[in-house]
Amino acid sequence: MELFDNLALGFATATTFYNMGFCLIGVLLGTLIGVLPGIGATATIAMLLPITFQIGDPVSSLIMLAGIYYGAQYGGSTTAILINMPGESSSAVTAIDGYQMARKGRAGVALAVAAIGSFFAGTVSTFLVAIFAPPLTSIALQFGAAEYFSLMIVGLVSSIALASGSVVKALAMVALGLLLGLVGTDVISGTPRFTLGIREYADGLNFVALAVGVFGIAEILRNLENERTREVLVSKVTGLMPTREDFKEMFAPILRGTAIGSALGILPGGGAILASFASYTVEKRVSKNPQEFGRGAIAGVAGPESANNAGAQTSFIPMLTLGIPANPVMALMIGAMIIQGIVPGPNVATEQPALFWGIIASMWIGNLLLIILNLPLIGLWVKLLTVPYYVLFPIIMAFCSIGVYSVNSNIYDLFAVAFFGLLGYALQKMRCEPAPLLLGFVLGPLLEENLRRAMILSRGDPSTFVTRPISAILLALAVIVLVVVLLPSVRKKRDEVFVEEE
Amino acid sequence: MGEAMNSFTFDKTNLACGALLVATGAFFAVQSLSMEIGSTFRMGPGFFPLALSAVLIVLGVVVLIQATRVEGEPLGAIAWRGMAFILPAPIIFGLTVRSLGFVPAIFITALIASFASHKMSMVAAVVLSACVAAFSYTVFLWGLGLPYQAFAPWLGL
Repeated sequence: MELFDNLALGFATATTFYNMGFCLIGVLLGTLIGVLPGIGATATIAMLLPITFQIGDPVSSLIMLAGIYYGAQYGGSTTAILINMPGESSSAVTAIDGYQMARKGRAGVALAVAAIGSFFAGTVSTFLVAIFAPPLTSIALQFGAAEYFSLMIVGLVSSIALASGSVVKALAMVALGLLLGLVGTDVISGTPRFTLGIREYADGLNFVALAVGVFGIAEILRNLENERTREVLVSKVTGLMPTREDFKEMFAPILRGTAIGSALGILPGGGAILASFASYTVEKRVSKNPQEFGRGAIAGVAGPESANNAGAQTSFIPMLTLGIPANPVMALMIGAMIIQGIVPGPNVATEQPALFWGIIASMWIGNLLLIILNLPLIGLWVKLLTVPYYVLFPIIMAFCSIGVYSVNSNIYDLFAVAFFGLLGYALQKMRCEPAPLLLGFVLGPLLEENLRRAMILSRGDPSTFVTRPISAILLALAVIVLVVVLLPSVRKKRDEVFVEEE
Repeated sequence: MGEAMNSFTFDKTNLACGALLVATGAFFAVQSLSMEIGSTFRMGPGFFPLALSAVLIVLGVVVLIQATRVEGEPLGAIAWRGMAFILPAPIIFGLTVRSLGFVPAIFITALIASFASHKMSMVAAVVLSACVAAFSYTVFLWGLGLPYQAFAPWLGL
């Protein structure tokens, strides 16, 4: 079967000594930084992104990047359980019951449940990616400029739907991101745009500088607002092994979580966050003892953790097949691909099968490495939780500077980091979400190019977007999503969900 | 969560946000207008950015209108000290990496960033920065082989 040939190629690529090594380094680095206080997965990846460029081979560097992603998410769950501080918004749900379990002295079991649930979900969803990616790719190969334009609109609109806070502000962030993405030389006419006459910005603003500034530095500044010492509840984690009853209790939630996560992860705009909330709600509803939730229910950790990880995996589907990022992390992956000279989109599967299937296979290997490494290493991670924050950020600033500079050896990129750090912090203070901005930045040039191509092909007739069936369906979808998020009842519900998260 | 108040006040956060969005939109719009706009058939380099700027300005105005109606949460603490030391750090790195060399630049960058926290002592900051510089030299120059000069030649090291 073709699927198995493809998977075999993927595993052959991912299990070479070299690639396994990078996967391992990625997973370790990701967990390390994910566990350290105050830095979430997106910021982690943004900061480690430049390091991966030092590896010559794009396959290895993307495998490492994917490893950082899983690692950081795992680290986020660890902090959620042990100190009630979710590293990522998607592990915010885990903190509810995980922390309660830790308070009852069952931190080890909570961590094990999270790891087992994540691994199971990761295994299933890796297969889902392998099964669904090729047919989607063949559909995507028939896409013209108009379809691509409409598809990106869907992606951008969905990112608004899943951002917390004001819809208007999220829309504004998309527009701002798109505009920032246009800085640099216009590919069609060769005109420099918005460069303020600075020659160093002729190739556009550095993607790494933007990501590091808006996510990394803004986060450091927010953490410096009121410095407090974190209380680590558990100094030593013992009793990792769940009992037979625990296994019984987590089995069904893991299955349901995996199904929910896999379905929602494909949605552009960050399905993983939604997935963990949806799973928690479902578990609470089907549970025989719903009063246990919020007091340390195993199902409240197993379900959302599986959903979260399944969603994280399936969010690779739109990225790998269509070149459309489903969340900020995927936007970072696309940025990494572009810097490595790979054009993201449906052609990746046919032109670079080793890369495509290698990444898919490495997902599973990354998850396996996580479960093998992290359970024994948990003592080390717990120690890291106690590292004082003021020691960390000078180190982070030094590495950020090196990282951004190493991409192009362009000093102006470092000035851009400072600017975007300030911008990111200001936006955060004004309660504007940075995720839609990053998606807009990545998609800006592509969106414009496809818009212009579609308009040339249709001889200036904008109705081409609604007369071509696929494009029309996609645009209708975007309109529906936008209408739904603006509906008062949905808005209220959405506010509740995000309030719970905070 | 902030409570809605009956007195006629502006939500300062949204006021600032709306103003920033309108100003940014205007900045991009003015620049776009100086470029060729073209037609819908053959769009010039200014077409798409001009449209986006218009959208941004409209959204900014909506936020401004919202600012007059609801009182939101207060802005909260602002990390002035953090901004004063964190933001210059990468700039200083950029200004010194060629003139002083990689290792001194990293040392200075980490040292400046250290002062963002009032909990850091002078001695600890110097020790930490020296460690970061040594570690960066080992990993990035020696290990990963980044093509930068460790020390500028005129330093005579």
